[in-house]
Amino acid sequence: MKNKSLVSIDDYSKDEQLRILDLAAEFEKQPVQKILDGYVVATLFFEPSTRTRLSFESAANRLGAKIIGFSDSGTSSVSKGESLNDTILTVSNYADIIVMRHPREGSARYASEVSPVPIINAGDGANQHPTQTLLDMYSIRKTQGRLDNLNIAFVGDLKYGRTVHSLTFALCNFNTTFHLVSPEELKLPSYVKRRIKENQLEYLQYTDMHDVIPKVDILYMTRIQKERFSDPIEYERVKNAYILHNDMLHGAKPNMKILHPLPRVNEIEMEVDKNPSAYYFRQAQNGVYVRQAILASMLGAIK
Amino acid sequence: MENTDKRRELQVSAIENGTVIDHIPAKSVFQVVKILGLEDSTEQILIGTNLESKKYGRKGIIKLANRFFEHDEINKIALAAPSATLIVIRDYQIVEKTKVDIPDQVVRFVRCVNPNCITNYEKIATKFIVIDKEEIRLECHYCEKVTDKTNMVFI
Repeated sequence: MKNKSLVSIDDYSKDEQLRILDLAAEFEKQPVQKILDGYVVATLFFEPSTRTRLSFESAANRLGAKIIGFSDSGTSSVSKGESLNDTILTVSNYADIIVMRHPREGSARYASEVSPVPIINAGDGANQHPTQTLLDMYSIRKTQGRLDNLNIAFVGDLKYGRTVHSLTFALCNFNTTFHLVSPEELKLPSYVKRRIKENQLEYLQYTDMHDVIPKVDILYMTRIQKERFSDPIEYERVKNAYILHNDMLHGAKPNMKILHPLPRVNEIEMEVDKNPSAYYFRQAQNGVYVRQAILASMLGAIK
Repeated sequence: MENTDKRRELQVSAIENGTVIDHIPAKSVFQVVKILGLEDSTEQILIGTNLESKKYGRKGIIKLANRFFEHDEINKIALAAPSATLIVIRDYQIVEKTKVDIPDQVVRFVRCVNPNCITNYEKIATKFIVIDKEEIRLECHYCEKVTDKTNMVFI
């Protein structure tokens, strides 16, 4: 994986994905390892994403690397009209690896083709966010002890939620049964469902979350945004059906965990945070270990 | 008199050496012209469209003097005219007749349908993998979205 860019989750084979998860487990045991002393990591955030940027910067810091970059293209040369090509070629002179978030889809793939240093895609528009997928996989494996043969529910906006799409692709390698809970307007796109079918796996679609909770090992919640609805009345009608309360969790399996890519708005009530099934803040913590594993392996600090 | 006219017509439209692209769907003739960049050619070109065809109803035809194509180059037109036949003419004789093939990759001449794709913002040659040759579905190498027959725009 050394010097190979990570743009899309499909860039890593199943074995490579598992290798990252194993490495992340080592970093969880011992988070501070100064194995990237002397390295420079650039974090180029052409659109703001404080959470993702801080997670990468925390990971780089714990490995002893130095960080350069910008957190908003308004404060960089991009606002003067510089092309992505020129920004990447310039910054690659200053850094050993580039972590980038960009509002345009395909930007990271393009950057990986022009850059002499490896690129980590920290989100390209609504397309890919592979480090989120790997940290979701890590959280699932850590809480369930395995990735194979699990029942996984995705709840909320399954149409536009890129984390759901990428995680679905990755889980197709692990004999997952998918439970898809969404309003009619926000169902999982057909190209994602096609991938499930191609892998001879099963998916079940629901509009009501209640019946699904007792069946699943993972309840993956996502945010439903009002602007995704063509009809605002439809939004008002369905919005409360996708909010998780403590009393909905009574019939849940003891091993069931609730994940959420964060930020949360109101789709999980605060009261759930103290429920033993709540795992979303630990999930964010796992993100740092996973990003440590990715940085270390891409820079060749670990074989 | 009538016969002489017919002969004259034939002489005008026949080419000594070059390529004839036949059986182009009538509505796609000018797309094919654009895809092959024929606007800039200095050679003789004859373009016919809405001609009667037993097989296709109305068809188009393009005759290009002194122009020969590599296989990859001509396959570009397969997206706009999958039914096209390519006829190579030397000394007024047909020396080769082939059908076009849909290529595995499409580089540079189709626009990505995704308005938020980086190729619609930066000076980048578009690139697609042909994921379905029957229905003609192209997956963008960059944004991973699918462009198909219904929304395909040629650059």
